[in-house]
Amino acid sequence: MLKTLYKIFKIGIVTEPLSQDKNNTFKRLGDNCRKIIDARFAGSLAIRHIDAGSCNGCELEIHALNNPFYDIERFGIHFVASPRHADLLLVTGPVSRHMESALITTYNATPNPKLVLAVGECGACGGEFGCSYACAGSIANVIPVDGVITGCPPTPINLLRGILELLEQKIN
Amino acid sequence: MINNMSLQDITPELWQSTAINAAKLQHRFVGLWAQDLGENLELNACLELHGSYLLLRTLIDIANPIIASLTPYFPAANRMERHTHDMFGINFSDHPDKRRWTHHMAWDEKQYPLRKNFPVARTKTGVTQPDNSYPFTCVNGSGVYEIPVGPIHAGIIEPGHFRFQAAGEDIITLEERLGYVHKGIEKIAEGLDTKQLAKLAGRVSGDSTIAHTWAACLALENATSLKIPQRALHIRAIMCEHERIANHLGDFAGVCNDVAYTFGYYQLMRLRELWLRLNTQVFGHRLMMDCITPGGVSVDINSKNCQAIHKQIISCRQELTGLYQLFEENSSFHDRIKTTGILSVEQATQLGVLGYVGRASGHKFDLRHNAPYPPYDKLKIHVPVFNNGDVLARLRVRAQEILVAFELIAQLLDQLPPGSIQTPWQNPSTTAEGIGLIEGWRGEILAFVRIDNNGLIERYFPRDPSWFSWPALEQLIHGNIVPDFPVCNKSINGSYSAVDL
Ligand code: SF4
Repeated sequence: MLKTLYKIFKIGIVTEPLSQDKNNTFKRLGDNCRKIIDARFAGSLAIRHIDAGSCNGCELEIHALNNPFYDIERFGIHFVASPRHADLLLVTGPVSRHMESALITTYNATPNPKLVLAVGECGACGGEFGCSYACAGSIANVIPVDGVITGCPPTPINLLRGILELLEQKIN
Repeated sequence: MINNMSLQDITPELWQSTAINAAKLQHRFVGLWAQDLGENLELNACLELHGSYLLLRTLIDIANPIIASLTPYFPAANRMERHTHDMFGINFSDHPDKRRWTHHMAWDEKQYPLRKNFPVARTKTGVTQPDNSYPFTCVNGSGVYEIPVGPIHAGIIEPGHFRFQAAGEDIITLEERLGYVHKGIEKIAEGLDTKQLAKLAGRVSGDSTIAHTWAACLALENATSLKIPQRALHIRAIMCEHERIANHLGDFAGVCNDVAYTFGYYQLMRLRELWLRLNTQVFGHRLMMDCITPGGVSVDINSKNCQAIHKQIISCRQELTGLYQLFEENSSFHDRIKTTGILSVEQATQLGVLGYVGRASGHKFDLRHNAPYPPYDKLKIHVPVFNNGDVLARLRVRAQEILVAFELIAQLLDQLPPGSIQTPWQNPSTTAEGIGLIEGWRGEILAFVRIDNNGLIERYFPRDPSWFSWPALEQLIHGNIVPDFPVCNKSINGSYSAVDL
């Protein structure tokens, strides 16, 4: 136990901006999100992630938002297990036809008012997979979308930036 | 011969007896794929024994596409035959499981997307209906109940359906139903040029983007006998080891998270992030997507970045040595993962599992060691093996593999040859085919490519190790408790995308 505590103490807090992020970008974006979330979402923005046919690259980067460098929860943004608890759907993938119904069901299960962000080149325009017998070609082809975060996959900073831009545009 | 692999053309009648003989000689099943050649369907099966590969090939009349199944002799062929049936309409006559696999509701029954006459564009209209009528296996008896999970899961993960039959907390059976992220990769690959194929291969499974792109490019280069610069080979291997380290760290962290060991989770996720940041600095992309191209690589490593990688290896090794000790001393952590999710040596053999899943169950096979390809042929590779087959053994294999990867990267950097990083691409003079075999972080990856004289792809088939680890999950979960499913699943971490294609 002592060794564990020693390690925790020695590493300290790595959460941005205390280390590498010299321009403070992540923290700045996050603080701006926080202001809107405090004012309009009673302090917490609940996100439900849906993989609608992603290659899993986008998932790796969404995951990274929770690592100690980014720690997105400090801005009041957290991921929830049920669409019933969600304010925002973060959807990845070109929407494989086999996920089409599941995506629509989840969208319908999310209470109004709700926001939808299409993530990645795939979510935006089908990416390398495009529109075919197997893929619907973009999230917007299946459910109404409020914003898009491009990148293959988008970096954690761009994910947060996309969330902020959506909040600013929709709520302010 | 096709790239040092002996090719055996046989008649459909001899298909099964040849396989029976091979099974007797203890060959391992590697992969199975087909191609529509117009009048015939060409069927290929790849087998391996002691590091040498054998390709069986036969032609099936498209008017009457029936052939004997290999599954009774190679259980590992099961899902790949079902996939081949769904995509080509080949009827594997004595297959023990005739249910559809990749086919849900996106196209009609008796239509086969990889047949030539099936258009890439969609012909059906309206929303694709959910596949509600799939006949799952049921268990009856008092106190037995069913838990359906998915396709959408509670976390940030890929979709798939799991059907548990449980009594109390104990799992009696688990049945997987995948295919939800079928993106038509094999179909849309047709007609792409080589560069586009490399990009697509990098998205078969995002977490293995380097390994899959390398395998596809190697297949292309083998098809056209293109020699790529030594420097490019080294850089490819360095990237592949980076990918191994980042994924092992991330999954190790995931296992810690699933047993509520937050200290381990955060420490390892922090280390993973440092590797992704190093990737950005050195290769310009956190996951290194599109850094491998046909004929070489698209980014060089300068001496400043060499230093940066060396430095990171030293600090990461030091940190991990300390952390591993803490993990090994933590009895409550061990309590959750020791004897959890055991895959026996026999089960592992039967299912032909690869990578850390195999190596935790007594199977030493590692392409870099057993059938080394450049640049690994010049390096000595230590392959860690354990026999317990539980979650702990799988973690220990991965912990060791990270340290081995450090050694390899250091050697590859020290011996980094000078020169260019690209050989100009040349189209073959006639249709050509090639196979690429690469040890990705999940294990051996096979890519088959056939390319025409205009440099356009006729057929691409990537075989990810997840084809074998998914069925292993169904077996190792027997007798475990429902709450241990996430940690068992994470310790295997099959890719959904790479098998749904
Ligand atoms: S945008 Fe790129 S990383 Fe994301 S799912 Fe599509 S191919 Fe994968």
